[in-house]
Parts: sequence; C-alpha cells; structure tokens
Amino acid sequence: MNRSFDILMVGIGGQGTILASNILGEACLIEGRHVKGAETHGMAQRGGSVESHIRIDGLFGPLIPPGQADLMISFDLLEALRYSHYLKKEGRLIVNNHLVLPTSVYTQKLVAPTEDEIIAALKKHTLCLLDADKMAADAGSPLSQNVVMLGAASMSIPLKAESLLEAVRRLVPKKTVEINVKAFEMGREFGGICR
Amino acid sequence: MIRTHDLPVISRAHHRAMLRAQKIALIYPNYYSTRVFIGCESLGSVKKYSDRDMCRKITVLVRIRIMERKYLLGNEAIAHACIESGVDFVSGYPGTPSSEVIDVMRAQPEPSYYIEWSVNEKVALENALAAAWCGIRALCTMKHVGLNVAADPLMTSAYTGVIGGLVIMSADDPFAHSSQNEQDTRCYAKFARVPCLDPESVQEAHDMMPAAFRLSEEFGLPVIFRPTTRICHSKSDVALGEVVPSTRLGEFHKDPRQYVVIPAHTRILHKKLNEKQPAIKKRLVELGYNRFEIRGKTAVIASGIAASYVQELLPAGISFMKIGAYPIDEEWLGAFVGKHEKVLVIEELAPEVEEVVRQVAGCVPVFGKKNGYGSYEGELSPPAVAAILVKAGLLPANPFPSVDPVQNLPLRPPILCAGCLHRSAAYAIKKVFKDSIYPSDIGCYTLGLQMGVVDTTICMGASITVASGIAHSGDPRDILCTIGDSTFLHTGIQGLLNAVYNGANMTVVILDNRITAMTGHQPNPNTGLTACGVESPHVSLDVMCRACGVHFVESVDPFDITGMMHVLEQAKKRKGVKVIIAKQMCVISARRAGVKRGRYLVDTDACTGCGNCVRFGCPAIEFADEKAEINDLCSGCAVCVQICPVGAIVREGKR
Repeated sequence: MNRSFDILMVGIGGQGTILASNILGEACLIEGRHVKGAETHGMAQRGGSVESHIRIDGLFGPLIPPGQADLMISFDLLEALRYSHYLKKEGRLIVNNHLVLPTSVYTQKLVAPTEDEIIAALKKHTLCLLDADKMAADAGSPLSQNVVMLGAASMSIPLKAESLLEAVRRLVPKKTVEINVKAFEMGREFGGICR
Repeated sequence: MIRTHDLPVISRAHHRAMLRAQKIALIYPNYYSTRVFIGCESLGSVKKYSDRDMCRKITVLVRIRIMERKYLLGNEAIAHACIESGVDFVSGYPGTPSSEVIDVMRAQPEPSYYIEWSVNEKVALENALAAAWCGIRALCTMKHVGLNVAADPLMTSAYTGVIGGLVIMSADDPFAHSSQNEQDTRCYAKFARVPCLDPESVQEAHDMMPAAFRLSEEFGLPVIFRPTTRICHSKSDVALGEVVPSTRLGEFHKDPRQYVVIPAHTRILHKKLNEKQPAIKKRLVELGYNRFEIRGKTAVIASGIAASYVQELLPAGISFMKIGAYPIDEEWLGAFVGKHEKVLVIEELAPEVEEVVRQVAGCVPVFGKKNGYGSYEGELSPPAVAAILVKAGLLPANPFPSVDPVQNLPLRPPILCAGCLHRSAAYAIKKVFKDSIYPSDIGCYTLGLQMGVVDTTICMGASITVASGIAHSGDPRDILCTIGDSTFLHTGIQGLLNAVYNGANMTVVILDNRITAMTGHQPNPNTGLTACGVESPHVSLDVMCRACGVHFVESVDPFDITGMMHVLEQAKKRKGVKVIIAKQMCVISARRAGVKRGRYLVDTDACTGCGNCVRFGCPAIEFADEKAEINDLCSGCAVCVQICPVGAIVREGKR
C-alpha cells in the first residue's frame, strides 16, 4: 500500500481552507512530490462545514479514509470534534481555539457542547491549541489566520519550511506577502513550543 | 516522438524503459515532441531502481523536461486540456461540479476561442453542435442533470454526427453532494450510442481531453466526457501540455442528407451510426483507457475513480482491469474474463461495466452489485472498496479501522449568507402566505427549506409548473412558488406562459439577484454581461412576464419587509397568475462591487432577549448572556431592525 502523509483540514466555508490546501500543494510541487486532494465546493460552501483532504506523496485516490489521517488542522473547535474520527490514534491535531456556533443551535434549539467539553474530548489525541485569530491580527491581518494555522502545523508536515514559505509567497496576494510570511513564522514558532 | 539515438543506451534496462516511454508517447502524443532529449545524467541517477521503477522514473523525467507541473483542481486541469486541444467554441450552463471549466476558460486573457454561458443546456448543446458542423472544435459543459435538458439534441446529434470535434462534458455527482439525483451519464452514452470517456484521476481527465476531440473527429460523433465530483473537485499535481492556439475557421457546408433529419434521411443516418460501433470499441482499447494486467486467476474490473481506489488496495496476485472508455469491446473483455476463475466488478452508480462483463462471462462467476457486492447508490471510498474486496474474499480483512464519528453534534449545514435577499423574501412570504403551498426551484433559495418555504423541488424551472399543476388539482390552499432569475430564464418562462394560458390561480415570486449565485456567480442574460464581461442588452423580467399575459407584475425590494408584505397581500387577494419580482443584489456580488451599507448592532439595554432576531436565522446574529449580539458578518441589510419588536437594533455609530 502506498503510504502518503494524509492531512485533513476542516473549518467553516469562507475561513480560507482552500488557499491553505493550495499552499500545501504548491509546496509539494516545489519539492517535486506527488500530491492529491479533495475539497468541498458548491452548495456545501455557504457557511457550512467544509473539509479539505491533502495526501502528500499520494498516488491514487484523493480521499483520506476515516481513522487514517496523520494530521488534522481545524479552524474551529466544533468542526475539530466533528471530524476527529478521521485521525489515526497517534495522529496530531492543530486546532484554532475558537468556536462559532452553527445557526442550527438557535433556529432548531440544538445543544452544542461547550468549549471545555470539546477540548477535553480532543485531548485523546496529541493536541496543539492556538489562538490563530489573535496571532493573525498580531501579524497584521485577521485574514492570515489560515497561514498561522499552517505555520503551527508545519513542524508536523513532512515538507521543508522553506518550501512552505515559498509556496505562501507565491500564492497569497502580493500586497500581503509580508504579513503572511510573518503569520507563518509566528505560527511555526508556536507550533514548536506546543509540540 | 523520442528518437532512440538521442538516448545513450547504458543498459538493457534503460533500453526497455526507453521503449516504454515511446509507447506512452504514442498514447499521449501531445506530451512529447521531437525536441525531447533524455539526458544521460538523469539516467545515471536511476540505476539503483528496479526496472519497473525506472520505467516510471524515466517517464516522469520526460514529462518534466517539456511541461509545466501544477497543483490544480480537476476542473482547472480539464479547462487547461481543452485549451491545449485548440478548442474553438465553448458553451455550457453552470452546474456543480462542472462550472469551473468555463469559469477558468472565460478568465483567460485574449482567448483564441469563442466562449459563452448559454441560457440552458439544450441551447448550449445546439450551439456547440452547430459549431462542430462548421468544422471547428467545440466543447459543451453541464452537470449530469443538465444532460436531461440537452437530451433532445444529444440523441439526434449522434445521427447527424459532426465534422469538428464535439466534446460534451457531463459531470456526474455520485452521493448527490449538490444535486437532485445520482443519475449516471454513462447510460446516456449507451442510449445515444456515442463514445464516453470516464477518467480515474485528475491527470487522466486532463490527458483524455485532446484524445476526446481526436476521437470525435475520427468517428464524426459527439464524445461524452464524464468526470465525477471526485475528479472535478479533487486536486492533484498535473503535468500540463503545450497550449496550441487554433487557427481553424468555421465554414458550414450544406448537406441536407446529413443535417435535415426527415424520416428518409434519418433512417440511413441511424444505420450509419450503428455501423460505426465495432470500430469505436477497437479504437478505445488501442487508446489505452481500457487496459489490464494479468497477475492471477482472480480479477478485479473497476471503472472511473473506483479504479484508483482499487489500485490503492489490490493485493499481489490478483489481475486488474481498468475501464475508462465506453462502449467496451466485448471480444477483448471476454478474452480477459475467460482467463480467470472469478471476476469482481467495482464501479459507482449504474452497473454499466458489470452488465457487459456478465454478457461475456460464460461460466466464469461474476461478483458485482447485481449479486450484492456493492451498492447502486452513493459514492465509493477506499474503506467501501475494501469492504467489497473483503466480502468477495479478495482481502482477508478491512485494512481500515472502523471508527465512529462523535454523535449528537449540532449540524452545520450550508446556510444563506448574512444579508441574503432570499432570507428576507422568505420571511415576508411566510408572514403573508401562511399555510400555503410553496413549490420552489433550484438555486441558493432552495436553502429556504430551513425556513419552511420550500415544499417541492424537482428540476430547473419546475416551481412554476408544479404550482400550476397543484392549482388545477383542487387543493383549496393558496399556492406561492419561488424561482431565481437564472432558473426563470433557464426553463421557467414556458411554465409561466402555460400557467397563464390555462388560467391557473397562483403567485410566482421571482427572486432576482441578477446572477447565477449558487454555482459561483456566473453571469446570465439578466446580469447585463456576457461570460467574458462584455456588456449585453438589458433583459426585462417585468416585460417578459407581461408578454406572457400576466397582468399583476410588481417589483419589490425584499429588504423592505413591510413593502414586500403589502404587495404580497395584494397578490393574495387576486385571481389568476400574479408575479412579484423581488429585486436585490446578491450580497456576495454587492460586497465584490464595493457596496457598503454600514453595520448594525444591538442596544443591549433595550434588548429584551425575545429571540425573534436569532430565529430569523441570519448568521450575523448570535445570542450571548440572554441578549442578541451582531457579529462582523453583518452586511447592513437592516432586515433585523424591522423584525425587532422593541427597536433594539440600531445602525453602528448612529446611537
């Protein structure tokens, strides 16, 4: 069986998972490695829960089987819990310490777990929690949250930091290169500590 | 073509690798040109690999030498392949998962092809067919259900045939990720008797496109290209080919026996179509999209993306056949099946491959969905394929752990944006037309299901026709149907005309956001822009409805809840067909256009915590500490201001 390094990125439509997945793909190209991915588009985008599969060195299908992901990057606490069964036992979890309640909680009166309950449940994996919103704001733009997350995860990704940084430079809007490079480095530094 | 003398032959293994590269060059000629030279330094570095590995290595080296590699979405790779094929004419109607192909192609600077978003798939296909009759290469894109709309020209275009290549991309959606059904386009190809290509990966989807155009020209037939969601919306590193701008000029040669399908002509054309079939089957095998490797006495036959899942899992000693093109050559298939004692067929949706395998299998036992090995519905995945392999005794145990997702988490379904016109229109409708019947249609507003204003959706345009059908069936309740502007122009007009003509009593609300929003903001005739951003004549929905014979046609601003409710009440009192056009820009287009309406906030002292505003369902309104709160998703539509019974919502900075 081909062993790819499988990363599942999850969040809410509009949080920048597609750009983050493109950065990973570009970094693979820079290193001359194969990569496969799958994304949510169309109807599922509108503020819904989104997932992005990335298989570094993947040769076959784009889908990561549940229980097989080596790494999960989540932009939201609740989404981290929703997809946590995709992680393998020894898998690592990088989560933005932020919870957006779905509107179904208000319109259908559903009960959502609290932040503490979610974090407790996630702790059965190696968990790295970070305040990506704040770090992104510190780096210069709240929009760089996705790059902060990538930076924090970069220690666990089998790609060189230089390749990832080069991919960030190539893919983010020209005006924001500096902010995003800073965001990546801040994330990476934090990722190194919470390892 | 790679010339052997360009390559210093270091060993027999290198020579074999070279021959294999040449074979591949025959299949994918657009990848290789006479300029290709494989340097000896690159050969030296692969010595440590076994023969098989090296073949692959050298093939890759060849590709890197002459082409760009990019990480692309399947649809982006398909679009690029069409440009590489020198396509001249592109038409289509947006539909997930097919839309990005035209979106990528229309965004190219100075395209060498004509490109349009057509008003519906039938119109798109007829346009593309005419272009192909003029001898130029045409592409027509749509989603699988779009092919139903285009089925009329499809069936007969197989008779008339084409001169220039015509490729019809019809993207299937197993698991109905964003569709109303899971129909299988391969069945249409069989029905129409035209070739169908079914890629297993993004790279193959890219590589098939130039071949599809050549195939279409060789046999003078439209070719159906059928990727699925997991091809269109998956990503991969893709080796791209050279872009060759076309120099063809269309010219129509009159030939009534070919293009006028009166009975006397069509009988002959039908015979000709049938006579083409055996040669098509042979050519598809030669193209290499249907191929096999014999490794033992048991075989797995898989098609499309299922083939890539199978290859990830297949144990050694089991033969493998991949089907990527239809119709399948029965003789070739029978010879393969006959060499085995047991055959398992794995494919998504309809048992298209399995049926042919069963026809040729004779005494060889066949396992497939017809005898319980696999499902007719949904999409496959590596664990699902593993489960089939286990059941058929080809794998000892499922290599994937069975894991369960965390239960009882609140769902996060797709929702209407903050400041979406559909939400406020639905709110007003629900207030005035209580206990009514609400046929609806296909678009973002189908999400109005969550607000209780969507009772039916079948297919594009069916809101108005279902409404008139119910109106004539005797149910005494009021009927109000909703339809978007793009859907109205797609297939809604005929339904309206019919309802007026036959005297139905109903109200139609056209939700006019001037764009085809759901599929990614494609322009339509109501936008005033073409696919390439050129200004187009203004279409008046109002005048169009009046021309259909509707007397009550009113335009309203759905952000003005009171105003809209007033017009709804007037419509409710009247008999006949009434049309209300709710006009407001899509909030995403408004944001892109730089429209700033300011933001709103909750005066926490005034807020009584009644919850009316959060129940409205806008994602910009949250509830914390028994009070409403407006977050930064607010786009300033001010509808919640009108809903709040105590006036606690105010404009930011205007307290």
